[in-house]
Amino acid sequence: MTSEAIGAPTAAAQPRQKSELMQQRVRAARLFLLPMMIALAVVAGWPLARSIYFSFTDATLNDLYGAEWIGFGNYLQIRVLESGRTIYRGVLADPAWWNAVWNTVRFAFWSVLWETILGMIVALVLNAEFKGRGIVRAAILIPWAIPTIVSARMWSWMLNDQFGILNDLGMRLGLLNAPVAWTASPDTAMLAVLVVDIWKTTPFMALLILAGLQMIPKDIYEAAEIDGVHPVKQFFRITLPLVRPALMVAIIFRVLDALRIFDLIYVLTPNSAATKTMSVISQENLFQFNNFAEGSAQSTLLFLLIAIFTILYIWLGKVNFDGGDR
Amino acid sequence: MAAIELRNVKKSFGVVNVIKGVDLEVKKGEFMVFVGPSGCGKSTLLRLISGLEDITSGEMLFDGKVVNALTPSKRGIAMVFQSYALYPHMTVYENMAFGLKLEKGHSKEAIRQRVEKAADMLQIRQYLDRLPKQLSGGQRQRVAIGRAITRDPKVFLFDEPLSNLDAALRVATRIEIAKLHEEMNDVTMIYVTHDQVEAMTLADRICVLRDGLVEQVGTPMELYERPDSIFVAGFIGSPKMNFVAGEKASAFSCSTVGIRGEHMDIKPDGIWEGKVIHTENLGADSYVYLDMGQEEPVVVRHDGTTNYQSGSLVRVSPQEDRIHRFNEAGKPIR
Repeated sequence: MTSEAIGAPTAAAQPRQKSELMQQRVRAARLFLLPMMIALAVVAGWPLARSIYFSFTDATLNDLYGAEWIGFGNYLQIRVLESGRTIYRGVLADPAWWNAVWNTVRFAFWSVLWETILGMIVALVLNAEFKGRGIVRAAILIPWAIPTIVSARMWSWMLNDQFGILNDLGMRLGLLNAPVAWTASPDTAMLAVLVVDIWKTTPFMALLILAGLQMIPKDIYEAAEIDGVHPVKQFFRITLPLVRPALMVAIIFRVLDALRIFDLIYVLTPNSAATKTMSVISQENLFQFNNFAEGSAQSTLLFLLIAIFTILYIWLGKVNFDGGDR
Repeated sequence: MAAIELRNVKKSFGVVNVIKGVDLEVKKGEFMVFVGPSGCGKSTLLRLISGLEDITSGEMLFDGKVVNALTPSKRGIAMVFQSYALYPHMTVYENMAFGLKLEKGHSKEAIRQRVEKAADMLQIRQYLDRLPKQLSGGQRQRVAIGRAITRDPKVFLFDEPLSNLDAALRVATRIEIAKLHEEMNDVTMIYVTHDQVEAMTLADRICVLRDGLVEQVGTPMELYERPDSIFVAGFIGSPKMNFVAGEKASAFSCSTVGIRGEHMDIKPDGIWEGKVIHTENLGADSYVYLDMGQEEPVVVRHDGTTNYQSGSLVRVSPQEDRIHRFNEAGKPIR
């Protein structure tokens, strides 16, 4: 009885106390978020809004502030000539744009696919215990730590048709009959870009997956061994499902990066229609061809594509950003 | 269903010798408990038997056949881990059925029957559709035991299965494991613990390990009544056996006298005198801690409650027939 008598008032007071604490926490959280929101609004929100605005105007670099609103003209214009012919103009009717879209999608698909497979293999190796693991873990990050400009330049020398080491090796080993202009030839340019990107970003992928692998407790592998589960089945039935949350986050990071790839292609294969991506083509229009409005429209479309993809991915893939579902 | 025999089994990790030559026989259907202080190698020995670790030298036999090179699943063992080691992404049912599903030759129906039978034994049938994270610690441990039962093992291994549970649950689960042993009386069980109460209550025989070697093997009462060394005498029984050395021991013509707290009587004409340091009243009995000039205080177990004042002097006598006499090497004089 006494304990109940004492217990009752505290129990009644608890909900109010709790909600006060919650309110305090919410206030604190908002306060902490504020600086980041301001920074994001200034460096991302405002430029994005400006880009979208310019995409609906006739802006050029000569007269950015005198731009006039023209509606959807930069995206698609349909004009019926007196002769009865219909003419389509604008980004959505531009074959060069659609070429860039497909280049980007192809690049993103293949690069992320291979980075995921290779990254998983590297992560599994690094997750095993062996001597010098710490050094290998640090060393494997080197390709990722090198600035893209530097690694792109380095690879363009290695891939060079006259002086490149890869052609030299291929010739000496009898794999090639004649030197190949890897980056200049339209047939191999995309391959070259993919190879360099995979070389460069696999370590990043591997580290993200490794972090996920290390969340998996070791003892369940022992339980699996006692259950007589074959190592291959252990991977597919235990490791893969358990590392999936980390893997999904890693993949979306990489897909977003790949969809807006610019620097590597700009340096390695300049002006190649075979590798021109959405970012490259919009940069050209914005700053080189003085089609500022059209470039803005292309940037806006790229933004929309990435936004839609991300939303679909998170929604359909049930991505959990809390890190693991344990 | 298997008799296990270890012949001069050794295990070292790099330069560290953990198991230094163990000879041991575990009979069919026996409940054997490995007990010892932390670092004595009891868990390693269990892992050697399970096949999760390779033996450095020596032989391990199951039913007379050498199994040194057999994988865990081929040895017909099941193991319950301290950390439960449940597959977090599978439901309780999938956890229990996983091993069977991957083994060829079990129909879905047969698997279902085996899982449900094990679930009924442990009263976890209502949790079969849940994920491990939706269960309490005690329920998880029962699932882990259920997973082991489903495998229908010849040898059942427990690696400190109760250490992660709270005190009340530990006692309840201990009783369930004892019942399990009665129901599965043809299955050999080996149980590792550092808790001598678990060892005393569960074991058919106890194997006391110390520093990678077997100190003594015997039934709980053998170890309690006839310890082969000071170490075993001090390890088995609660409160710990008192050791009295010096002149008081010389009177019994040995170097150390061992006497359990429950075998001492406080009486006015007691042969030893001590100063009360502290008393603990546990309800049914009480412990009186006495300073008798020994390294550690001497604990006397007393029926009922007491109220000796700290600092007061009392006289005690050991029961003559309950005295353990040890020589300088720590071996008993009988």
